[in-house]
Amino acid sequence: MLRGLWKVSVSPHVRSNESVEKIMWTVVACLVPPLVLSVFIFGIQTLIITVVSVISCVAVEAISQKCLGRKITVRDGSAVITGMLIAFVIPPGVNYLLPVLGAVMAIYIGKHLLGGIGYNIFNPALLARAFMVATFPVAMTSAWLPPLQDMAIFSYLGTPLDAITTATPLALIKEQGMAAFTAQYGAAPNFYTDFFLGWRPGCIGETSGLLIVLGGLYLLYRGYITWHIPVSVIGSVALLSWAFGGETLFSGDPILAVLSGGILLGAFFMANDYVTCPTNKKGQLIYGIGIGVLTVLIRLKGGYPEGICYAILLMNPVSSVFDNWFKPQRFAPPLPLQGGEK
Amino acid sequence: MESLLTFPKGGVHPPEAKELTADLPVEEMVVSAELEIILGQHIGAPCTPTVLLKDHVAEGAMIGEVVKGLGVPLHAPAAGTIKSFGMSAHPMRVSAPSITIKTDPDAFPRQYEKSDWQPLSAEELLKKVHGAGIVGVGGAGFPTHVKLNPPPNNPVDTLILNGAECEPYITADYRQMLEAGAEIVEGAKIILKILGIKKCLIGIENNKPEAIKRMTAAAAAAATTEYQISVQTLQVKYPQGSEKQLIQTLTGRKVPAFALPSAVGVVVHNVSTTKAIYDAIVLGKPLYEKIVTISGKGIKRPANLRVKVGTRISDIVDYLGGVTPELSKIIMGGPMMGFAVSSLDIPVTKTTSSILFLSEEEIDTSPHSQCIRCGWCLEACPMGLEPKEIAIHVEAGRPEGTGQFGVFECFECGCCAYVCPAKRPLVQFIRLAKMKAKH
Repeated sequence: MLRGLWKVSVSPHVRSNESVEKIMWTVVACLVPPLVLSVFIFGIQTLIITVVSVISCVAVEAISQKCLGRKITVRDGSAVITGMLIAFVIPPGVNYLLPVLGAVMAIYIGKHLLGGIGYNIFNPALLARAFMVATFPVAMTSAWLPPLQDMAIFSYLGTPLDAITTATPLALIKEQGMAAFTAQYGAAPNFYTDFFLGWRPGCIGETSGLLIVLGGLYLLYRGYITWHIPVSVIGSVALLSWAFGGETLFSGDPILAVLSGGILLGAFFMANDYVTCPTNKKGQLIYGIGIGVLTVLIRLKGGYPEGICYAILLMNPVSSVFDNWFKPQRFAPPLPLQGGEK
Repeated sequence: MESLLTFPKGGVHPPEAKELTADLPVEEMVVSAELEIILGQHIGAPCTPTVLLKDHVAEGAMIGEVVKGLGVPLHAPAAGTIKSFGMSAHPMRVSAPSITIKTDPDAFPRQYEKSDWQPLSAEELLKKVHGAGIVGVGGAGFPTHVKLNPPPNNPVDTLILNGAECEPYITADYRQMLEAGAEIVEGAKIILKILGIKKCLIGIENNKPEAIKRMTAAAAAAATTEYQISVQTLQVKYPQGSEKQLIQTLTGRKVPAFALPSAVGVVVHNVSTTKAIYDAIVLGKPLYEKIVTISGKGIKRPANLRVKVGTRISDIVDYLGGVTPELSKIIMGGPMMGFAVSSLDIPVTKTTSSILFLSEEEIDTSPHSQCIRCGWCLEACPMGLEPKEIAIHVEAGRPEGTGQFGVFECFECGCCAYVCPAKRPLVQFIRLAKMKAKH
C-alpha cells in the first residue's frame, strides 16, 4: 500500500534553489572573460597555464579526498575556482609545471589537510602563490610578458618564454621610480585607460580591471557577494595611496594604485572568499580595511612591489576573531531574572 | 510606491504556492466513520476523559477536561458512541493517548443559534472561551483564555489579529477572512471587551488583496467610537506571522526573549482563533472543527476543507480521491515549520492548519555538505542568532556551548536552512542543541 513510500525529514521542507555548486560555477563563469582577454593579450600559453592549473587542482582534490577517506566533491566547482585563481596570480611566462606545484600546495596542504572546504584558514590560491614566490622567486617575479599590441596571439608559441620579459608597472615604480614609469606608459590619463582595459604587463588574470569589475558586479547582482569587502579594500587602498603614495602627503595617485597590481582581482575574487573572510558585515568592513592598510604598507615600505596577496593571507586567520567581536544584532535579549539568582 | 510594513531583520521569501487552493471556497467534509481525538491538543496538560466506554455523546458534548494544570476541555466533534481509549499516531510525539468515537451516520448536524453577548461581563466571556475549548489554532496551540487574561502587572493596550498567513501553500486563514470577515471582526470586539481595551490591528500580507479588502470593509462596518479596529497591509515576507515579528512590524515593540507579548502591552490572536471565539460566544459552539488546507501536487484534488477534529489523514485522502504518483512527502503544517508524517493514521487536531502532499519537485532532499561560511543564515535569521555556529558546534560534539549563540531564542522558523546553499539541516542541528543543552 502507500505506507512507507514517502520521505520524512525535519522542517523546512522547501529550500531555495541556490546551492554551493551554483555559486561556485557562477564564480567560474565570471572568471572566464578576464581569462579570454588575457589569452588575447599575452598569447595562448596563458590558456595552457590555466588549463594545467585547473586540471591539477581538480585532480589533487580528488586524490586528496580519496586518500583522506572523504566524499569526492570535485563537482562543486571550488577546486576549479582555485585552479583558475592560481593561474590568475602567476606571470604569463612561467614554466607550465609551476601551477602543478601550486595546486598541490593549495588543495592538498592548504585545503584538505586543514579539513576540506569550509575549514581552510587561508585562501588556497593565495597560499599557493606565496609558496611559489618563495620557492621559484625568479620565475614568479620576472616571467612577465609585454602585452601584444598586434593581437598576434600565437606568435609566442615555440619561442623561449624568458626571452621577452618585462617589468610590471608596480615593479618599475618601485625599482626605477616614477620617471621610468611615465617614460614607458605615458602621463596620467593615458595609462588609466590602458590599465583599466588590460594593456599592461602583469599576472594572467589581473590585467583587465574592467572585466574583473564586471564579473564582480555580476556576483553582487546575484547576491553571492556583498559590497562590504570590495568597497573597503579598494577604498582604503585608494585613500592610503593618495595620502602616502606620493613624494609629499596627499600627492599619490589613487587610481594608479587601484588599477595596478592585483587590487581589483583581490578585492572581488580573493578577499571575499566565503570560507576565509568574516561572516558579519561589520567584521567584513574592518577586515577589508585591514587588507587595504597592509597592502599599501607592503607596497610602500616592503621589499616587494605587490602587496595584496600577503595582505589577504595575513588577514585570513583574523576572520574568526572578527566574527567573535562582531555578533549579529539579537532580536531582543532576555529580561534580567527577577528574584535573584536561581 | 507605498512602503509596506515588515520586520527589519532577516526573513526569506519562499515561493507562495497558494494559488492551488486560494480560490477554493471552504468545503464541508463528510463526517468520518471514526474520529480519533487526541487528549493533548494544546500546550499544557492533556485532558482526562469524562466519558466511559460505549457512552453515547452528542455533537459538542464535553468528553474530556483538564483536572490539574493549564488546559481547556475537549468536545465531541460529532454525535456517536465512545468506541475505545487508546494511543493515536502523532506527528511530533510518535503516539499520544486518544479517545475514539464511532460516529452515528444518521445524526443530523447540531444547529446553533445566535445570542447577544453584549450584556455579558468580561469574566463571563472569558469563562465561555475556556469552556469552549479554544486554543490558538494557528499552530502553537496556546490556551486562548490564558492569553486573554494577561498578568495584571503588564497593562495591555493593543490587540493584534494575525492574518499574515506567511507559510507557503496554506490558505485556511485566507478563506476564513473572505468568508467570515464580519464574524472575525465581531470576535475582535469580544476580545477587546474581555481585555478592556480599544485598539485592534489586523495584519494581513499584501499577497491577499481580496482578504484586505473584505476585512477593511468588515472593520469599517463595525466601527464605533468604542473600538478602533483597522487593517494593516504587510509586506510578503516569511516569517511575518511569527508573533514577535508581527508585533515588531505593527507596533515597533520587541518582545524580550522568554517573555510573553503582554510584556510589551500586546495580545496576539490568529484570525481563525478569533472566529472560534465568535462561534463560542455568539453561537455557543465549542471548538471541534478546523478549516484545513489540503494542497500540493501529491493530492488528486486540493481543497480547503472544514473537517472534524479527530479525522484521520487517510479519510481525507479518500475523500479527495487519493494521492497522485508524484507524492513524495506528507507534511502536517506548512512547508517551513510543519512536520513530515510517517503514517496516514494521524488525526487532525485543533492546531492543524494544513496537510500538504508534496511532490519530489516541490521539496528538496539533496544531501548536505560542510558549512562554507557564506553567512547567509546570519542574514536570514529574524532573531539575530548564529545558526552556522550552532550547527558547527553540534557537529563537533559540543552542543552544550551553543547557549551563547541564543539557541533557546530560536523558534525554528527554518529561514536559515531555507537559504543555506550547502543544504545543511540547520533546524535539526538547533533542535539537537536544545535537547542536549537541557541535560
